[in-house]
Amino acid sequence: MSIDLFGSLPLVVIWLALGVIGVVIQAFVKENGTKLVFGYYVGTLVVTALLAMLTYSHHGTTFNGMITLGGTASVFDVLFCGAGVMTLLAAQPYLNRWGNELDEFYTMLVSSVAGMMLMAHARNLVVLFVGIELMSISFYIMAGFFRQRERSVEAALKYFLLGAFATGFLVYGMALLYGATGSLAYESIASVVLSGTARYPALLALGSILLTVGLSFKIAAFPFHQWAPDVYEGSPTVVTAFMSTAGKAAAFSAFISIFVVLMPMMQGVPLNGTLQLAIAVISAVTMLIGNITAVAQTNVKRMLAYSSVAHAGYMLMGIVAGPQYGHSAIIFYAAVYMFMQLGAFVVVGLLEREDEASLTLNDYAGLHKKHPVLAGIMAIFMFSLAGIPPFAGFFGKYMLFYAAVQGGFTWLTIVAVASSVISVWFYLGLIVKMYFNDPVGETHEAGSGLAGISLAVCTVAVVVLGLLPRLLTSVVGGW
Amino acid sequence: MGVTALLCTLFAPLAGAAAIALIQRDQVKAIKATAMTIAVLAFGVSIFLVPFFSAADAGIQFYVNVPWIPSIDAGFRIGIDGMSLLLVLLTTFMGPIALLASWGPITKSVKEYYMLMLLLQFGMTGVFIALDTFLFYVFWELILIPMVFIIGIWGGKERIYASVKFFLYTLVGSLLMLIAILWLGFAAEAQGMGFTADLLKLRIVAPMIPANVQVWLFLAFALSFCIKVPLFPFHTWLPDAHVQAPTAGSVILAAVLLKMGTYGLIRFNLELFPQTSAMLAVPICILAVIGIIYGALVAMVQTDIKKLVAYSSVSHLGFVVLGIFSLTTEGVQGAVIQMVNHGISTGALFLCVGVLYERRHTREISEYGGVTNVMPKFAVLFAIAMFSSVGLPGLNGFVGEFLTLLGAFRSPFLHDWTFAIIGATGVIFAAVYLLWMFQRVMFGTNDNPENKHLRDVTKMEKWQLVPLVVMMIWIGVAPRMFMNYSEQSVRRIVGQVELFMFSK
Repeated sequence: MSIDLFGSLPLVVIWLALGVIGVVIQAFVKENGTKLVFGYYVGTLVVTALLAMLTYSHHGTTFNGMITLGGTASVFDVLFCGAGVMTLLAAQPYLNRWGNELDEFYTMLVSSVAGMMLMAHARNLVVLFVGIELMSISFYIMAGFFRQRERSVEAALKYFLLGAFATGFLVYGMALLYGATGSLAYESIASVVLSGTARYPALLALGSILLTVGLSFKIAAFPFHQWAPDVYEGSPTVVTAFMSTAGKAAAFSAFISIFVVLMPMMQGVPLNGTLQLAIAVISAVTMLIGNITAVAQTNVKRMLAYSSVAHAGYMLMGIVAGPQYGHSAIIFYAAVYMFMQLGAFVVVGLLEREDEASLTLNDYAGLHKKHPVLAGIMAIFMFSLAGIPPFAGFFGKYMLFYAAVQGGFTWLTIVAVASSVISVWFYLGLIVKMYFNDPVGETHEAGSGLAGISLAVCTVAVVVLGLLPRLLTSVVGGW
Repeated sequence: MGVTALLCTLFAPLAGAAAIALIQRDQVKAIKATAMTIAVLAFGVSIFLVPFFSAADAGIQFYVNVPWIPSIDAGFRIGIDGMSLLLVLLTTFMGPIALLASWGPITKSVKEYYMLMLLLQFGMTGVFIALDTFLFYVFWELILIPMVFIIGIWGGKERIYASVKFFLYTLVGSLLMLIAILWLGFAAEAQGMGFTADLLKLRIVAPMIPANVQVWLFLAFALSFCIKVPLFPFHTWLPDAHVQAPTAGSVILAAVLLKMGTYGLIRFNLELFPQTSAMLAVPICILAVIGIIYGALVAMVQTDIKKLVAYSSVSHLGFVVLGIFSLTTEGVQGAVIQMVNHGISTGALFLCVGVLYERRHTREISEYGGVTNVMPKFAVLFAIAMFSSVGLPGLNGFVGEFLTLLGAFRSPFLHDWTFAIIGATGVIFAAVYLLWMFQRVMFGTNDNPENKHLRDVTKMEKWQLVPLVVMMIWIGVAPRMFMNYSEQSVRRIVGQVELFMFSK
């Protein structure tokens, strides 16, 4: 077995940093331990991201073809690490404010990043499974990190139970695929699918459906989205920020590589495009349900949670459209979505008060008078989420629409357009609250601390990627 | 030189907005001065376009093409033809006037206000000169953001409802337009030119799209533009937005924003889909004529002056659409000049309403009466603006309305005089509602004690109204000076429609 050490550096570094050195630091450093762990993990993620950039053009597979290197996997690595760093920076003041700054949080966060990276690099169903579980279990813990808060615990439990359920689907699907094709490696499965020589075509179909169901849980697509609002609302805000962006991107990285494998099935034998149509319908319903339900919300966190369901629907358009444009559009959108959604949640986190107060829409009334900068930034994120140019969210949507129209799914694009209009109702609603209504209640301090860095990065990225999308489209491939 | 002037006209407001961002919030004077300087500068620079512009050339002039997003062949492609020239000049001309109109009334969040106004001007200029579907779309949507804030923050009582309605209405149309833009790009790809957003390439490609597809694309573009115009029955956002917006907002909305819709109809619908335009001319003209009459009738029964002026816009823009879809040179030329006219005269009317509102804080017609006695100078300016809007010969409104009706009358595509005849009654109705309003507000006895001591127009208000009045007379007396510039471009567009229809 030959190992491509250079290519696998990002993975190796983060695993070593996490599993060997990180544990040692936590075990032996007592004085200022939390600060050290925090700095150490920020450094780890930055180094990993840099290594991922370095290995971007280093293509190939390693570990007996179980891991793929370079290309989109590297792009995803950078994305996960970037989200990780921004969440760490936002989490430090957030946790500190609630007296919950424990170094375990940082460890869990980095371990979930490690899991995500594994998902993006996986070329074998077992590796994918390990990645998904590592990510999910870290998420369960992080969701319940405010263990004094009932809602946080409730979120963790709910997430865990439903997540375990989804895992069941995933494993079942993988097992059936193995039964049908005799292999767990993507390449072998792909060649079987392509040649139509599966031993049990029915198992192949059932396996891919179950796998799709399992992954749909992870991206919170209809009808498996029910957990998302409760979990996103109950979890500590920084965790929600991270789960709903990086977590979703990771699930999509798996979705993409799985569907490259299963794609031939969508274009002919043996399911005759049914799977593609099914995903298109799921995509359409997901965005409609997400946006329509979000309209009715009065809690900002819950509103953003439902809207994140809708965004998963938009991204599914890319899966429907296929590899050439669709998949790169998803990567672009996932990256842009990370900036705007994470940024929005960081703002929510900064404005949050004791006992989860200050989370309703009414608490945002007149925000531009109390916190002009935060309100301005939030407005940019909202416009971007709504897909209004010149912000990056618009170009992300444009790419997805482009891919869908190109793939012959104009009707899906029209549904997406309709649901975008619905979404404007609540995105603009928040802006209306912040700018057009008079402030109620007293002004609280909202010192940003390190979170300010995350916010600045997100804002700049949303604006710059909107004006110069080329910066990112050139690396996602296909464009 | 022309290119430099064009770029400066476009980017000066953006630079101004950025400059204001750097000024301290409490330096109100500096903020206002900067905004005003920039707006005047933009107007001055745009005047420079005129001597360099060759009116005999029907094509695009001052073309700039900078690659932007190569993967979808979107570029920073700008340039103007005669029609865009007039509209760009209208935009830059109205800019300083709108800022002057905000001088007194806008007292809160001054910094944001002037930034947004300049941003708005940037977007509007961009819409009129963009020659790339992607760029056009970005400018088109960019306008929503400042406008929604201007209505929502500085507007009247129902401002939130009005601003959200404005935003949603516009967005519904424009998102469907986005799909059409994508479709057009793929149509170019299908014809071997590669996916593109280049309008000049699409002009060649689009007419060759099969008719059944073309209809849908036409409708997607037309819906977006007709909402903006607004054509009956998509007009319901307009009275709300107009009435709630601050005076300057209404002025810009009426003078320039609505013209984006009619401009789009010519630039995209007529140019890209000549056959479908000819095919759908009749239904669209029916809507236009309904709009003319309906807008006029509704205007007649209004008790609020601003609402009356707002509904008069629906009626007047009906003439523009009728002119455009008469698909004759006279009609489209009339439409183009009528766009400018409507901008000037309705802008002036909104300013006059603003003058009254500043003094009495009411817009109810019944609250006024005999105002001429106390405000004689204002009465003159108001009267000229009103007559210009009515379409009195010798003033600008007449030229546009006459030509659009002439176009409708002679149109080989409408085959029917009824359009022109019913449309012409709209002119009579306009005289009725405007004169009646003027009579009730300005004449009669001044028996409301609150109206006894109204101040006549101030210097600041004269600076807003006099230039507009000068333009009304200038265009009214010498319309050729203006129409010369757009004539060749309009002939080219109409010629293309005729070519596709009658060459078979």
